[in-house]
Amino acid sequence: MSDDGSISRRRWLETALGGGVAAGAGSLLLAGCGSAARKGAASASGRIRAACMSLSMADTLDPAKAALSSDYVRHYMIYSCLTELGRDQRPRPNLAESIVSEDQRVWHVRLRSGVTFHDGKSLTSADVAYSLLRHKQPLTGSKVAGIAEQFAAVRADGPLDLVIELSGANADLPIILSQSHFGIVPDGETRFASGNGTGPYRLAFFTPGVRTIARKNPAYFKPGKPHLDEIELIGIADEVSRVNALLAGDVHMALSVNPRSTGRIAASPGHVVRETPSSLYTDLVMRVDRFPGSSPDFVAAMKFLTDRDLIKRALFRDFATVGNDHPIPPFHPYHRADLPQTTLDLDRARWHLQRTGIGRTPLPIYATPAAEGSVDMASVFQEYGARVGLNIAVNRVPADGYWSTHWMKHPMGFGSVNPRPTADLVFSLFFESTAAWNESGWNNPAFDRLLVEARGEGDEARRKQLYGEMQGLVRDHGGIGIPVFISLLDGYDRRLKGWYPVPLGGFMGYAFAEHLWWED
Amino acid sequence: MTASPDAHTQGGRQLALMILGRIGASVVTLILVALVVFAISSLLPGDAAQEALGQSATPEQIAALRQEMGLDRPAYERFGTWAWGLIGGDAGQSLVANMPVGDIIRERLPNSLILAAITTLVAVPLALGIGIASAMNRDGRLDRALNIATLSMVALPEFLVATLAVLIFSVWLQWLPSIALVPEEAGVAELLKALAMPVAALAIVVMAQMARMTRAAIIDQLDRPYVEMAVLKGLSLRRIILTHVLPNSVGPIFNAVALSLSYLLGGAIIVETIFNYPGLASLMVNAVTSRDMPLLQACAMIFCAAYLALMLIADVAAILANPRLRNQ
Repeated sequence: MSDDGSISRRRWLETALGGGVAAGAGSLLLAGCGSAARKGAASASGRIRAACMSLSMADTLDPAKAALSSDYVRHYMIYSCLTELGRDQRPRPNLAESIVSEDQRVWHVRLRSGVTFHDGKSLTSADVAYSLLRHKQPLTGSKVAGIAEQFAAVRADGPLDLVIELSGANADLPIILSQSHFGIVPDGETRFASGNGTGPYRLAFFTPGVRTIARKNPAYFKPGKPHLDEIELIGIADEVSRVNALLAGDVHMALSVNPRSTGRIAASPGHVVRETPSSLYTDLVMRVDRFPGSSPDFVAAMKFLTDRDLIKRALFRDFATVGNDHPIPPFHPYHRADLPQTTLDLDRARWHLQRTGIGRTPLPIYATPAAEGSVDMASVFQEYGARVGLNIAVNRVPADGYWSTHWMKHPMGFGSVNPRPTADLVFSLFFESTAAWNESGWNNPAFDRLLVEARGEGDEARRKQLYGEMQGLVRDHGGIGIPVFISLLDGYDRRLKGWYPVPLGGFMGYAFAEHLWWED
Repeated sequence: MTASPDAHTQGGRQLALMILGRIGASVVTLILVALVVFAISSLLPGDAAQEALGQSATPEQIAALRQEMGLDRPAYERFGTWAWGLIGGDAGQSLVANMPVGDIIRERLPNSLILAAITTLVAVPLALGIGIASAMNRDGRLDRALNIATLSMVALPEFLVATLAVLIFSVWLQWLPSIALVPEEAGVAELLKALAMPVAALAIVVMAQMARMTRAAIIDQLDRPYVEMAVLKGLSLRRIILTHVLPNSVGPIFNAVALSLSYLLGGAIIVETIFNYPGLASLMVNAVTSRDMPLLQACAMIFCAAYLALMLIADVAAILANPRLRNQ
């Protein structure tokens, strides 16, 4: 089917270009990009257009300031990081030739030699030290200033060697450094007008809020890469328009499509929906420092009341992975497989509820469109609650201002947590007792001890075991319910090859530029 | 007075005075609008520093960025500096994009103007034609058909029209591009192709309003005694409408046209969003969400000035077309 589709498209193209047919049948295809030559070139030599969710005047060439998916994509195109994530989600050296540590606190980095910036300047350890330390300057406005606080010292130890000294042991440093925020910029760069990096593409054109065009960097330090000649990055905020642009051939990849649009894309012979199972989740937050979440029986009852399969099927059209009330999804390297899966069990829920003595007290639950699927999830809880005599009242509140006015402020509400690159980050940000975003307000000294121990543990097997114990603690005692992990859905032109899922985000964790190639 | 020989020059002087007065009033309006926009947007939660840094911001970062952006100064001082700069022709520095507001506007304004101009060229003649044809065949079959058509055009939301058009012409037929991203080096043909659907979607919205106003204004005149007189004199309906009725009904028609045209500049947000067209309306929405006050103020000033200018032109044109209005 798909072959037929692409052949017919190509035939149209040949007819149009060869015969010089300007109107009629020829324009069927050529209308797409506005110009015949442009569209022809796009198919022949790998010039593609990618649509992210939105652009704004805040679009930036400064990797530290990246806030939107389009920023991450742009920065992965023009900058490189010291490390990168492999298909197995493990870090491997990138600009670094090696990154090693004895105690996970003092790290020795050796850079590849012969790497040059787009303007011809050679990469040295001074550039890396500058790039990492600038996150600690308040004026940089870095989005990862909190993470960069642990860089106690970064000093050059020769032109290609440097030492990163952390304030505490952290075995995840190589993963952290693979994030686009830690892209390496030239020493002393402050204006960020030209996008001078060491990345696979050179910046050709950039207008904030409109488009970015990047062309292949012939001097890229990885032989044979990148594959595409030119990438134009635009943003289409409206989901329907984004899908239409993909189906009309105006863009070749579209970030984040709705599960409801998957049927339309799948029906087109030239296009495909690619699902990335991710650790994105919308969670039920039960404050354990307040009634009714202060009763462990109530929390347990709510977990038994969660119809995970229904939520997966009805809310996300099966583009989701069933969760077990802790934030580590089954496809994560540190997932603990022997932890029993909590399932819908009305009898056990009823038993726990009787022990709380709540009776018919109305229990408000706050849901919002800002947390994907939470309004429908609240209704599901209400429905099953009614079956066991629980009186849940759903309060739907607007998305605007939800995070500052409602999130974590009610006994029961919803949160939404984006994928984080490491287990340590998600546990430290949302579960450590002192964390600002400790959603349910739980306080478990054993968990906090495990968290610090696991962060500094160099032995992988032991680490996995520690994270496993933490998953068990959160599942059994935590005040949050995670029914499902929501998959990320992107639409692609079938002729783009080389895709594999990266759980950190759509568009291969936003780093597609280096990996994809075009094949007619 | 009407018989006086210098009535004409007097009328001209009155017109000039009126225009001057209106321009003066416009300046006052602009100042008031600037104040109101500034005051209301100060009520929005958060400021540009917080929006730029996001959830993960540390207090030191916010303090540093606020100082850098000048947000730590009192509100009246910020407004004063901005207004003083504007008088000198400097719209200030965008807090978010790190470039002068003037440069940003210079890039977006032509886009909005092109879209508005093409839409005007398409919509105004069509609307006047429909309105006049409708009025000439009052209660006839053509009138009823046109009525139903314009009523449904008013009722149809533009996002529906635009989305359906994309579905049919881009996705199914693949005749037109689904997004109106015009490359820098684009020629006229490419531009027209890219803008065909946005123009159509906008034209449908504004055309219906103008056509209905035109029809109403002409029919209102058709019931006047002077038209009856003209009919009794034996003039053709065509001549009556073109030479007698139209000049008399030009006031309300021009008003409707001006209102519709001012909508084209600032109200095209839905069409800009659906077709991903980098115009001024989406720029302003963007400025609101990122709390970029200088940019927001500049957009508000442009929309307000355009509106006032269009209204002034409509009034002056009405006066020029209808001598009776000159001496009022």
